[in-house]
Amino acid sequence: MTRPTPETLAHSARRARAAAAPATDTDPAARTVAAPAAPAVRTPAPAQVSGAGSLVRSLEALGVDVVFGIPGGSILPAYDPLYDSAVRHILVRHEQGAGHAATGYAQATGRVGVCMATSGPGATNLVTPIADAYMDSVPVVAITGQVARPAIGTDAFQEADIQGITLPITKHNFLVQEAAEIPQVLAEAFHLASTGRPGPVLVDIPKDVLQAATTFTWPPTLDLPGYRPTLHPHGKQIREAARLMASARRPVLYVGGGVLKAGATDGLRQLAELTGIPVVTTLMALGAFPDSHPQHLGMPGMHGTVAAVYGLQKADLIVALGARFDDRVTGRLDSFAPDATVVHADIDPAEIGKNRHADVPIVGDARHVIDELIAAVTAERAAGPTTDLGDWWNQLDDLRRRYPLGYDDPADGTLSPQYVIKRIGEIVGRDAIYVAGVGQHQMWASQFISYEKPYTWLNSGGLGTMGYAVPAAMGAKVGKPDTVVWAIDGDGCFQMTNQELATCALEGIPVKIAVINNGNLGMVRQWQTLFYGERYSNTDLGTHKHRIPDFVKLAEALGCVGLRCETAEDVDKTIAAAMEINDAPVVIDFVVGKDAMVWPMVAAGTSNDEIMFARGVRPAFDEDDI
Amino acid sequence: MTTHTLSVLVENKPGVLARVSGLFSRRGFNIDSLAVGETENPDVSRITIVVNADSSPLEQVTKQLNKLVNVLKIVELDPQVSVARELLLVKVRADRSVRGQVLDTVNLFRARVVDVAADTLTIEATGTPDKLDALLRDLEPFGIKEMVQSGLVAIGRGSRSITAGPALRAA
Repeated sequence: MTRPTPETLAHSARRARAAAAPATDTDPAARTVAAPAAPAVRTPAPAQVSGAGSLVRSLEALGVDVVFGIPGGSILPAYDPLYDSAVRHILVRHEQGAGHAATGYAQATGRVGVCMATSGPGATNLVTPIADAYMDSVPVVAITGQVARPAIGTDAFQEADIQGITLPITKHNFLVQEAAEIPQVLAEAFHLASTGRPGPVLVDIPKDVLQAATTFTWPPTLDLPGYRPTLHPHGKQIREAARLMASARRPVLYVGGGVLKAGATDGLRQLAELTGIPVVTTLMALGAFPDSHPQHLGMPGMHGTVAAVYGLQKADLIVALGARFDDRVTGRLDSFAPDATVVHADIDPAEIGKNRHADVPIVGDARHVIDELIAAVTAERAAGPTTDLGDWWNQLDDLRRRYPLGYDDPADGTLSPQYVIKRIGEIVGRDAIYVAGVGQHQMWASQFISYEKPYTWLNSGGLGTMGYAVPAAMGAKVGKPDTVVWAIDGDGCFQMTNQELATCALEGIPVKIAVINNGNLGMVRQWQTLFYGERYSNTDLGTHKHRIPDFVKLAEALGCVGLRCETAEDVDKTIAAAMEINDAPVVIDFVVGKDAMVWPMVAAGTSNDEIMFARGVRPAFDEDDI
Repeated sequence: MTTHTLSVLVENKPGVLARVSGLFSRRGFNIDSLAVGETENPDVSRITIVVNADSSPLEQVTKQLNKLVNVLKIVELDPQVSVARELLLVKVRADRSVRGQVLDTVNLFRARVVDVAADTLTIEATGTPDKLDALLRDLEPFGIKEMVQSGLVAIGRGSRSITAGPALRAA
């Protein structure tokens, strides 16, 4: 049972936390807590309003600046007061776009992303982005209209039990029963979404509740007696972890997305440099530790670097910080890191010991955990000598030298997708935000762009949602209008959600979309190449063969600038041309070869020991590597 | 696998039972028995769940349960230091020729007859699952026409009590 902490019981306490750790531009976690502090700054006077008016005033009081959504019958009352509100509403083209945009906004800024939809199909269209945000622990609040209370349960027009549907994919959800509850439910929803382990929260509001007369009063009192996340780790466990870190011969810091969510990246760097321990960052944690840092081994897992995979596999101590031993990282679980003692720190107690036994379980917010680890490690080092990691580093450096990330140019003379992505990263630079879809292009974007700063890499990690990139990039650009936002998308992904480019064009959201167009569902094709005897069943999208759709014409039809690049010589100038355009979204159709594959690879269901550096090439590990 | 009895205190709100039972099925657990009712505090309900599981997966499901916002407290009741009861209503064929024997069995188990018809008796019994199984075994030869059984309810022995505690009061 998690014990209550004063910070989580009192709404006002979050202000104290925000004050203790001043927000910086690169510190979304601090801003997460800063945003809801708005009520303290402006306390609106009680007012006689409709339920819908109460909803919009609650959003204003919570500091919401933008809502992504589409109106419809049941949510219609809410759109009337929204018409006069300072809250910006961005009219998307599909509710899935609203949901991913809210996610992109939240991941880029650390604030709660908000999306809104009507009952029935509007609400069910939010299911995918809600599930996506749940898997990646993104703070999102989804507000849906519901049919009027007397009609609930009658199979009324556009009725769907969205509360029931989203039970397994939300951190919590509400069906509002009375208009008077609205401010409290909204405040609770934002509190739940943004504290502890963040996640999506759905608020379903029947139409007659939106229409009912009520009194809006603020601030409401939160009533969440069963919600008490543990933020501060147990001192004894921290000391034990520090002791192990000082004595381990082959330690690795295994860093997950929780470190980004906690705003603990400065502390992480301090801890890593203090101890000299190698660092691996998962797909969800790219940017939490600079890619260029000499202690960074890269990303572990299915398409991780040889050094990162090997480092975890041969470690005698794994210190997991805000990571969850996902199957994509561990490979076959029973052969994962067989010699490692595991220190597992996470804010969610249910993650600890879920997949891998934790020898030292630590429940707490990554920022507090890392800060206390720094203190404990410093004390440990003052008290006595620590193990020299020279041999360990020699082995890892040797692997990094022998098995760097790389690629071969396609033998058939086609444009290399890796080259395109690499050049985008090099030309656009470290300050931009990169948003990927799901598939080969996502893995290449994780490998060949150097992430030096936190919150510059957004992707759909847990759910693996194709179609994430365009709407998430839209949301990120809305949240960070002064930052350049590039989506690295695939031609398959792009065809799932590109309708939101119309939204971007009309709303003045100049994102750049690089479509890595290999004409195929590339990752599926890669598996068919490797595991299905090159039988390419239903992976050719025809985007090469028939040029359907023509992405340049499609871009233009959607109000964007469309560019096309088919040769390596044109890559740099096409990227530069896109960078010049700031008054419209830009889509670049990079026509690339279809046979490029993502390497290294640990095939699904196999051990990390079986990592393949390239097709048919297994890394040679020295006998004394163990 | 062993049988575990979980006493789960939850907020008395609509939909909470669906959240709890859904979590069990989603995570691959079969609930053997389930009983829900209000507690001494009308804002709090108690769900008593009997589940067959190894201790490590049970720990995982308990942690997941704890994450449900409406769940206030979870205690696993140790059978050695708790009292557990089920309620059984059973309609037994009992015409004049065997009625005496059926009543003997009823008395032996300290059960009660709650309804009488020309050829049946309806019997109410409470007890541990073992006792009720034994009663049913003895009634079986007469012919069981219908039976209904409650979920297990259980409470710890001694003066200590499981309550929602200060968390609820603080809110």
